[in-house]
Amino acid sequence: MRRNLLAALAAGLMLAGTVAVAGTLDDVKKRGNLECGVHLGLPGFSYADDKGVWTGIDVDLCRAVAAAIFGDATKVKYTPTSVQQRWAVLTSGQVDMLSRNSTITFSRDASLGIDFVGINFYEGQTFVVRKKANVKLVKDLDGATVCVAAGSTEEKNAGDYFRERNMKVTIVTFAKNDDAIASYDSERCDAYTAGIGALAGQRQKLKVPADHVILTETVSNDPQGPVVRHGDAQWADLVRWVLNGMIAAEHLGITSKNIDEMKAKSQSAEVRRILGVEGDFGPMVGVGKDWLYNAIKQVGNYGESYERTVGMGSNLKLERGMNQLWTKGGILFTSPFQ
Amino acid sequence: MTWLAWIRKNLFATPLDAVVTLICFWALWRIVPPIVEWSLIDATWVGEGRDACRADGACWVFVRARFGQFIYGFYPEELRWRVDAAALLLAAAVAPLMWPGMAAKGWWALGTFLLYPPICLVLLVGGVLDLPVVETRLWGGLMLTTFMAVFGGLVAVPLAIALALGRQASLPTIRVVSITFIEFWRGVPIITVIFLASVLLPLILPAGVSVDKLVRALVGLALVVSAYMAEVIRGGLQAVPKGQYEAAAALGLGYWQSTGMIVLPQALRMVIPGLVNEFIALFKNTTLVLIVSLFDLLGIVHAALADPKWVGLTAEAYTFAGVVFWLICFSLSRYSLRLERTLNVGQR
Repeated sequence: MRRNLLAALAAGLMLAGTVAVAGTLDDVKKRGNLECGVHLGLPGFSYADDKGVWTGIDVDLCRAVAAAIFGDATKVKYTPTSVQQRWAVLTSGQVDMLSRNSTITFSRDASLGIDFVGINFYEGQTFVVRKKANVKLVKDLDGATVCVAAGSTEEKNAGDYFRERNMKVTIVTFAKNDDAIASYDSERCDAYTAGIGALAGQRQKLKVPADHVILTETVSNDPQGPVVRHGDAQWADLVRWVLNGMIAAEHLGITSKNIDEMKAKSQSAEVRRILGVEGDFGPMVGVGKDWLYNAIKQVGNYGESYERTVGMGSNLKLERGMNQLWTKGGILFTSPFQ
Repeated sequence: MTWLAWIRKNLFATPLDAVVTLICFWALWRIVPPIVEWSLIDATWVGEGRDACRADGACWVFVRARFGQFIYGFYPEELRWRVDAAALLLAAAVAPLMWPGMAAKGWWALGTFLLYPPICLVLLVGGVLDLPVVETRLWGGLMLTTFMAVFGGLVAVPLAIALALGRQASLPTIRVVSITFIEFWRGVPIITVIFLASVLLPLILPAGVSVDKLVRALVGLALVVSAYMAEVIRGGLQAVPKGQYEAAAALGLGYWQSTGMIVLPQALRMVIPGLVNEFIALFKNTTLVLIVSLFDLLGIVHAALADPKWVGLTAEAYTFAGVVFWLICFSLSRYSLRLERTLNVGQR
């Protein structure tokens, strides 16, 4: 009898645990705002502007999810998270999702109690070189010197890459990233290496940023995307398909400017399904029919978000590179809304 | 000619003195002019955005554009008067204590100690008297740094006194508890405490119960600081001559009376420099809360550098933060010197 009671209690506790995990969307709706974990400050990805408004390509994803749920992209509260605490903040329920330039890796996905639900930025290690050096591809760096911070992943990656290809590249190491950049700037090296996203910000630290170009070819692959707690499939679906919707919108030519016209006139079945004219796609993931209409109208499609935050519309002037649609030479892909 | 004589006597008395003096002057000459040139002469003070800045000087336009954020964090602009009011109130409460001729200082200090914290909390947090609530996640900048230091100190000092007395208590339980507490918190790095308080606590607490992130960090910080302060105060207690305890006992004073009226006043007076030292350390240690994503002054200055508009203005950002920290810590140490002088009147 007593054992039965204990078993029932344990089952009840487990059930309570599952319910607590499963109801993220309900919790968000009840609370009236999305809790989104972002980076403490990474140029173009997540930062507070002069007015204290959070901005960036990662922040845009939070705003899009909020717009999909509430029809209002401003219903997000941001929790800036340091690199040490980001997973704990998510798993302990302090935030509903992380959109924080986190690289998808097997061990993180398998062991941390979290799920990666998409890719919003294909990050990879690459090089910044002087425009006049006329380097277009990584193989053009043969015979060059590269500045890098000592002991960093970048140093190891670059060393391995050049060794495997028998390229004669001299790697000069420095104690800190900033020293390495400064040395590159004073022409001590021909190139400086880091991830694309980080380079975009670091290029701004050079004396004349416009004289330098970031190669689009990469020597590592670090896809980054939004993260949710493991075990809430409905919530994961919602976040995944908001991101997919933004990418699909760019592919289908839906922008924040022409969205009303598209909604009224488009004959494309997929456009009509995305914008809620046909089918019940929103309600199938627990939100209203005009979820993606609101998200795209208020935040923009993926391309608009990219250009505004890290691309040509921003100070960072980052090329689309890999983060271009697959139809235009990139590897950004999405699944059909069917 | 007196100044020439002074120079000869003080700076060039021996050949060694002369060499040292010359080296020092050379170093100053190499260091000071470039700094002055960069920070003042070549600097840009007014303008719109980064394009207004000259390449070779400091770009103070950045600090001006972000000044509100550096001081108040993300506190809503139309409610910032509440932070100002809390700061002014603190100044008004503390200023009379610095006035040498002030009567009933003790009562005033006690009143401040008891009344200021709740009033300050009401002003900053809101939620009563028609004041809209401002979540602590919006707090930041100098305001957060000062808040952590003041409230950390308010929690830490009484706790430290209790711990220091407890460590000397004759009752073994109290003594053991105090010693364990002090040695534990003194032995753990502050950054670990803050991190655990912020990350581990929410995992342990039952669902639905949540303690504000700022409170968690503040309590963690205060516990560590109180352990350090307790040791400083113990030093003072041990330095009070044994005759004082005996005299108090001979007068028939009990433990609380002799401690409160004879021992503690003398002990605290002796350890003022040590306590102020700990307080300055506390003030500077508030920067560690960045690890749990609270934007103190240093944190928010650092975060501003992530704005693509201002990327790369590292020197300006850290100079500003450094100068503010220095001004505050320097004023604190000057104040403690004065306090020492005025309080030591009877001992001279």
